[in-house]
Amino acid sequence: MATKLLIDAIRDTLFAEMRADDRIIVLGEDVGARGGVFRVTAGMIDEFGEERVIDTPLAESSIVGVAIGAAVHGLLPIAEIQFLDFIHPAMDQIMNEAAKIRYRSAGDFGCPLVIRAPYGGGVHGALYHSQSIEAIFTREPGLKVVAPVNPADAAGLLRSAIYDPDPVLFLEHKKAYRLIRDEVPENGHTVPIGKAKVVKEGSDVTIISYGMMLHESLAAAEALEAKGGSSVEVIDLRTLRPLDTETILASVSKTGKVVIVYEANKVGGVGAEVAALIAEEAFPYLDGPVMRVAAPEVPAIPFSPPLERAFLPNAETIGAALERLAAF
Amino acid sequence: MTHHDPGGVGTEARATAPTGLSDADLVRMYEFMALARALDERMWLLNRAGQAPFVISCQGHEAAQIGAAFALQPSKDVLVPYYRDLAMVLYFGVTPRDIMLSLLARRGDPASQGRQMPGHFGSRRHNILTTSSPVATQVLHATGVALAAKYRREDTVAWTCVGEGGTSEGDFHEALNFASIHRLPVVFFVENNGYAISVPQRKQMAIENVAARAAGYNMPGVTVDGTDPVAVYAAATEAVERARRGEGPSLIEAKVYRFTAHSSDDDDRTYRDPQELEAQRVRDPVARFRATLLEQGVLSEEQDAAIRSRITAQINDATEFAEQAPYPDPSELTLHVYGS
Repeated sequence: MATKLLIDAIRDTLFAEMRADDRIIVLGEDVGARGGVFRVTAGMIDEFGEERVIDTPLAESSIVGVAIGAAVHGLLPIAEIQFLDFIHPAMDQIMNEAAKIRYRSAGDFGCPLVIRAPYGGGVHGALYHSQSIEAIFTREPGLKVVAPVNPADAAGLLRSAIYDPDPVLFLEHKKAYRLIRDEVPENGHTVPIGKAKVVKEGSDVTIISYGMMLHESLAAAEALEAKGGSSVEVIDLRTLRPLDTETILASVSKTGKVVIVYEANKVGGVGAEVAALIAEEAFPYLDGPVMRVAAPEVPAIPFSPPLERAFLPNAETIGAALERLAAF
Repeated sequence: MTHHDPGGVGTEARATAPTGLSDADLVRMYEFMALARALDERMWLLNRAGQAPFVISCQGHEAAQIGAAFALQPSKDVLVPYYRDLAMVLYFGVTPRDIMLSLLARRGDPASQGRQMPGHFGSRRHNILTTSSPVATQVLHATGVALAAKYRREDTVAWTCVGEGGTSEGDFHEALNFASIHRLPVVFFVENNGYAISVPQRKQMAIENVAARAAGYNMPGVTVDGTDPVAVYAAATEAVERARRGEGPSLIEAKVYRFTAHSSDDDDRTYRDPQELEAQRVRDPVARFRATLLEQGVLSEEQDAAIRSRITAQINDATEFAEQAPYPDPSELTLHVYGS
């Protein structure tokens, strides 16, 4: 099994599926000759041509709206939004159209669309190239939202997303692109949408996370255990909608303590939904408060390094939460 | 096609243009227009009787829609309509029963099984894309359908309709731009009735003809008298043939007048002079086309009476059918959120 960077796992899966199925097209800003600003689609236009790899005008609503039209007429479009921060002009098309086409037509139409978008901080991207606004989308029935950070998960979930009959927002953490390397199975490997993964087993406390915060969480867990502290279980949500309630509740029922870690604003984030789920469904098992470690209530990530670092949770802040929780 | 005076109130009978339409075609056009009008009037009646919570109307748009529809092939072309396109969807195969089921929010409404407001058409079987309420979002979908059709080497034209109000939305402009760059087989049909709910055209745009917007996207843009189905048919045929030849999109603006309030929840007396409405009655497309066909001997009074009575029977049947149809069961609320 080859080891790959996250970005290569995504690119290789795109190439493999485009070779396998000519219904797949890619459209977005700079996806052609430039190969995308992160180079995810590098080389694609040479192999598949301008008909399947479409450099679009700078108009996000048309990227998604045209992709919707192509999706309802037999294609499997993969739309790229250059940064998740720039997705707002396409919100009407995503929320009112893609997410509601099946429901409003009572199943007469479906919208098999993938929207890929890099997100996340820690790359000096400042306010408008760092956002983690996934919670806007996870509250929308009709959409699926995935945020894999492990290369194998990204490959498997991308393949599932492409052939899923519904619109999937596929979030790629841009700091993880060239940082996270792992083994990726070859040949049609898939990961089902809606399944979380226990990436580290433990017995005393559960950390639930996703994206780059998963790695900060793992570092915090290992640091705590190295000090002889609690045994920590770590869950990677991988899919943010629909949530894998079974895996979440099974772990919390076992450990009785939970910290939810995410780099988005704390209020109304994915962690808020996970916390509410646990409060409703696992209350009898809890031995302490459900805790969240997340970004502060400021609008976005500043550019200056000390400010950027202060915005993002890290292994130390997560570790501090673990120790507070252990004291209960 | 004509570049008529948008404020003009012509009453003359138009000569039939050399369009290849037979007398039988003209009578069929008239019957579709009359059916749409009568069905629309029945919907208002049911609304005012408290049986239908909401009506949105095609009255005044019938000639534009049927002229356009006759230029299309419902078996292979894709219609991406907006909420006034009752006459167009009837031509594409939606039945008065379907429309009444939707009006009364009954199970069996093929557009949405009672989920959407009336006027939100859609039917995969009839090549009509599902539509929403936010205006002009559908224009991008038509562009995407055309992209897929071109990619799949289909002989398909995507035809999309929007009011002149919708042409202020960014999606409208993004769609024209994208379609023209890729020379896609799509026709943008603007039904310009002069009002975006209450806002008159002069407050919506600084141009007289929406068709002028086509120039910015390097595609043909024509303005046509939307009360003359034959003139619309001629313009539509040219645009459709151009699309089929692979020469790209066109913009057609059909000037019409809206004979009702925006919807049953609107009161147009708050913004529109009733005298203006009365003055426009002479441009009523259904009455004028009937008069033209009678005058030209294409239609006889006897034929017209037979058509009228057929339409009344259809509408009575549809009303009764829908009134007796069950509502959706509450358990259906959670169906069709996801396909897997």
